[in-house]
Amino acid sequence: MSFCELTAHVLHEKLKAREITAVELTESVYARIAEVEPHVKGYLTLTKDLALEQASRADAGFQNGDDMPSLAGIPIAIKDVICTQGVRTTCGSKILETFVPPYDATVMAKLHEQGVVMLGKTNMDEFAMGSSTENSAYQITHNPWDLDTIPGGSSGGSAAVVSADTAICSLGSDTGGSIRQPAALCGVVGMKPTYGRVSRYGLVAFASSLDQIGPFTKDVTDCALLLNAICGSDAMDATSVDIPVPDFTQSLINDVKGLRIGIPKEYFTSALDPEIADRVHTAIAVLESVGATVEEISLPHTEYAIATYYIIAPAEASANLARYDGVRYGYRNDSPEDLIDMYKTTRSEGFGEEVKRRIMIGTFALSAGYQDAYYRKAQKARTLIKSDFDAAFEKVDVIATPTSPTPAFKIGERTADPLQMYLSDVMTTPASHAGLPGISIPCGFVENGLPVGLQILGAPFAEEKVLRVAYTFEQNTDHHQQKPQIET
Amino acid sequence: MATINTDDIRHVANLARLEFNEEETEHFTEQLTRILDYIGKLNELETDDVPPTSHIHPHQVFIMDSETEASHVAKPDVVKPSLPREDVLANAPEAEEGYFGVPRVVDRSH
Repeated sequence: MSFCELTAHVLHEKLKAREITAVELTESVYARIAEVEPHVKGYLTLTKDLALEQASRADAGFQNGDDMPSLAGIPIAIKDVICTQGVRTTCGSKILETFVPPYDATVMAKLHEQGVVMLGKTNMDEFAMGSSTENSAYQITHNPWDLDTIPGGSSGGSAAVVSADTAICSLGSDTGGSIRQPAALCGVVGMKPTYGRVSRYGLVAFASSLDQIGPFTKDVTDCALLLNAICGSDAMDATSVDIPVPDFTQSLINDVKGLRIGIPKEYFTSALDPEIADRVHTAIAVLESVGATVEEISLPHTEYAIATYYIIAPAEASANLARYDGVRYGYRNDSPEDLIDMYKTTRSEGFGEEVKRRIMIGTFALSAGYQDAYYRKAQKARTLIKSDFDAAFEKVDVIATPTSPTPAFKIGERTADPLQMYLSDVMTTPASHAGLPGISIPCGFVENGLPVGLQILGAPFAEEKVLRVAYTFEQNTDHHQQKPQIET
Repeated sequence: MATINTDDIRHVANLARLEFNEEETEHFTEQLTRILDYIGKLNELETDDVPPTSHIHPHQVFIMDSETEASHVAKPDVVKPSLPREDVLANAPEAEEGYFGVPRVVDRSH
């Protein structure tokens, strides 16, 4: 087995024992990138020179016998929506094609404290708007399990590179499911922490009341390690919540006896692919067989989550994306008639179609005469969706659902119909509205070989319970150990 | 909820500082009509007595502990170093004498 296929926690032991060096490990990952990246196309930018420098620095520490952090020398990929000092950050948009951040996001500063090796920046739907990564202005990313299908989105690149072993782990961002859905479709672990757990300073803003950064990993143990590294309040982000961050590795307990798992009946409708329903029911039975109590619950406002999301997220996006005006960074139309024309031509040429569509929806929903009917109404619906979860968590410890209603779909299959694409997020947006922590873990495969994800949701700041259930499931199954065969 | 026509799309595009040709205007009118029609589903909900949610954890974020100010959303008013001006201007499409450059907005003849 080559090093690039291993998990961070296994590699940490090997680095510590000096069985391998971080430079060898990094070279192993770039060798894999050379082999399969031309087919997967998960990266927008590779930073090999920088990575080898960082690896050498980690090696010096290991050689010294220093007490090295768990992620020291571990090669990691970063979604191109997270600002990396000195390394181009495009958000998958033409309007930021030339943007080189003059500062690091807080999560990057935290990862550098650990001594990670940054491999490069990963492809994504433009400004994180999409469910397939087809909205990138640069390239289509292919699902390693079937190169004719999409990897999910918007963090499709970050999911695909972990699945393809072209990264050990990665960071993504999740607004309405952009970590959990691609994790499910690419057969890896992906977690959105509670809103407020992770600082968003340096995360390019999409919908500020929903955005959250989180990890993609090959197993739940690595997920806990990455959470340990990135969580915590930050003076630079007023929405980061100042409560103690536990050591998440303490939640890696193979035991769910006495834990109550709620199964919301509204997630198992006719819109759910029957094979997915079957794999998820089987997964729930595994948890029940090792001691969890399973009960059906109701989250009655589930069916309103998508409509609510497609007002709130575009409304916030329309305000956040007003900053792209050709003045301070990125693309500018160079022959405008006047200032207003510069704004209009710059934005019309720099943004792709989906981004324009969301800006239009959002601007309309906030415009004079419509704000109460749309934005206010959606904020009230959000309260009802959150209340459903509050009531449910009075009765159960965690909630288990499918992550996505279908497995990965074909490239091009849903691009003509935006509404159809929006409905891809039906299982993930409700928890986003409530700010809940949620993980997607591999729970099997449909007949044609594509992975299926099990979503486990917890009450706000109850990541530990979510991890414990996910870890127990993983310890009792081997889905997470399956690897795609990429046709090269 | 509302119905929208091409004039509405032109009006909203202007608010958003976007411009579309005729074909794009038709296209967005058709698509936004469908999307807003779907969103109209929210009218099924009785929400007169429901408070809106603007922040999901209002208690955690906005309660101020007078002892520690641990969760206070405001920061102490202390001057800290900012990013170097040249680093910030390095990303600007046009910069001059330490400022961002933009097309002329005032008429010199007045």
